[in-house]
Amino acid sequence: MPALTSTDGGRAPSAPGRPGPILQMRHVCKRYGRVAALVDANFSVRAGEIVALVGDNGAGKSTLVKAIAGTHRIDSGEILLGGTHVSIGSPADAASLGIETVYQDLALCDNLDVTANLYLGRERRRQRTPFLDHEVMEQRAADIIRDLAAHLPVLDVPVSALSGGQRQAIAVSRAALWGSKVVLLDEPTAALGVAQTAMVYQLVRRLRDRGLAVVVISHNMADVFAIADRITVLRLGRNAGEFLTSATHPDQVVAAITGSAGLPTGDESP
Amino acid sequence: MIEATTHPTASRVTQLVSSVPRPRDAGAVTVGIGLAVVWTAFQLLNNNFLSARNLSNLVLQIAVLGTLATGMVMVLVLGEIDLSVGAIAGVSAATLAILITNAGVPAAIAILAALLVGAAIGLLHGSIITAFGIPSFIVTLAGLLVWQGVQLALVGDGGEIPIRDPFIRGIASSYIPPALGWVLALVLVTGAAGFRLRRRTRRLRNSLPVATLASETVAIAGIGAFTAAVTWLLNSYFGVPWVLVLVLALVMVCGALMTETPFGRHIYAIGGNREAARRSSIRVRGTTIAVFMIISVIAALAGIIEASRQFSASNALGGGTLQLNAIAAAVIGGTSLFGGRGRVYQAIIGALVVGSVQNGLDLLGQPAAIKNIATGVILVIAVVVDAVGRRRRIARGSTD
Repeated sequence: MPALTSTDGGRAPSAPGRPGPILQMRHVCKRYGRVAALVDANFSVRAGEIVALVGDNGAGKSTLVKAIAGTHRIDSGEILLGGTHVSIGSPADAASLGIETVYQDLALCDNLDVTANLYLGRERRRQRTPFLDHEVMEQRAADIIRDLAAHLPVLDVPVSALSGGQRQAIAVSRAALWGSKVVLLDEPTAALGVAQTAMVYQLVRRLRDRGLAVVVISHNMADVFAIADRITVLRLGRNAGEFLTSATHPDQVVAAITGSAGLPTGDESP
Repeated sequence: MIEATTHPTASRVTQLVSSVPRPRDAGAVTVGIGLAVVWTAFQLLNNNFLSARNLSNLVLQIAVLGTLATGMVMVLVLGEIDLSVGAIAGVSAATLAILITNAGVPAAIAILAALLVGAAIGLLHGSIITAFGIPSFIVTLAGLLVWQGVQLALVGDGGEIPIRDPFIRGIASSYIPPALGWVLALVLVTGAAGFRLRRRTRRLRNSLPVATLASETVAIAGIGAFTAAVTWLLNSYFGVPWVLVLVLALVMVCGALMTETPFGRHIYAIGGNREAARRSSIRVRGTTIAVFMIISVIAALAGIIEASRQFSASNALGGGTLQLNAIAAAVIGGTSLFGGRGRVYQAIIGALVVGSVQNGLDLLGQPAAIKNIATGVILVIAVVVDAVGRRRRIARGSTD
């Protein structure tokens, strides 16, 4: 259980004129045995904002993401969603709170078609019957894919017949279909070519424009500067910098990641 | 625009390919062609092969095989296997015979008890597989030995328990009166037509693409013509066997379960990518246990049908090549051994291929040796087709 003994009544501080963070993690600690993966780490993301979470291997990115996605519990600290304390104990908890994760391996069933993958584990039934409502699922799948302008030739072919970019598009669309608040993307362009990467960038921006809070975990500075509004750097389990992408040079971020410059540890967005 | 920005040429090719009308299940067409080849070859070698009498016999011969293969498809799609179905059929038949002949229990209760024994065995298999994470291959191989032992113990020293109950004996050896046969055929075709047209209406209402009314009509006419031909043929001998109705009902129930319910969708999902299914909060363990219970109940049903055919429960019932043939029938019908792919109704086509080869070689007076070799060769061909298809999918970037 994350600590529920908050002192400020669970209200998130918000900058004047801008909405407060939808997801906020404060003073989060997590140990694996004797290894401290996160030490008093802070993180936040607003609705309609893309935040890149960067850091070297072992910086604590994955631990932070797993805490949000519900695969690992934090030892101490607090997680607030829309200003309310929440406890995320399992992926199902995360899903029911409106937090969706797109894993690096996409977690698609290659033998199923696009619609079936979008509705995996959340199949719709016809009213008062045990039977699948194929038509409504297919129509809503077509809608979401059209909204995100993720052009897929047909929705009823097995996913195995699609390209890497199209498969990524399905995984992202699935998050858009269900993730009403926060979407986590783990290395979304890791296995993609240039054109497909551009397509995924566009998709991620559309998620933001739909009012979702998007967290992108990436090693790739090009990714980060292409899509993120804000960059949170972790180093050795602690915050090592917060940058507004528009006012930052990549070298500054790299310096923060490697610890080669004495940058101040930021708590919130600058 | 993925296609437009990435592969302008590929897009045009995709459009071209998708504009060519092609069947939804290419695998079913392949095995259908295979069946046509087998039938033509045997008819040329012996013109009794396609006679009403022989085809009626063929239906009775493949009833048990088709039943087992139907359940086997579900287990294989899940990405598991069940090697114990023959032994479960044996235990079920022995239970049935003991209750009816030795204990004088009414047939309906004895049948229910035999099916419950199947369910209990499936629950045990599924629980061991999921609780300890042991491959189903090993658990059901052990099950094969255990349940064959139980079967021997139940049947006892006599080697078989006779069944005199007329209802049980009638399951596999009674025929529907011709007129009623036509009524059932009409119900079947009307039902199929209704299903297709309702689906079309619903798709139109949701503004989804549909097949033209003409092609729907052709499909329904095809189903009607095929059903009428089979009914006419069987009626010109003794009539439609009741056991055919039983097997078709089983196929329809299992088929609907697999393609029309979330449960079936989850079976395909687990067989396709177990980890993805788990992350999508699909209950992998519960589904696995349920599928092993279903195949064990189906195996118990097959045991009842076989006992009805033999008028007894022997200690050899369900043994020999039966359950290997059931796996062969499922795979020949196009079900993948790698999980995630396969249709229930294709099991019947696969069972027809296996049954036809054995029946045809019987007609030609060939010994069991030749029958086994022929079945094995066909199985290898089917598995090679499956493996080649899988390699092509992997080459295209699929991970399964």
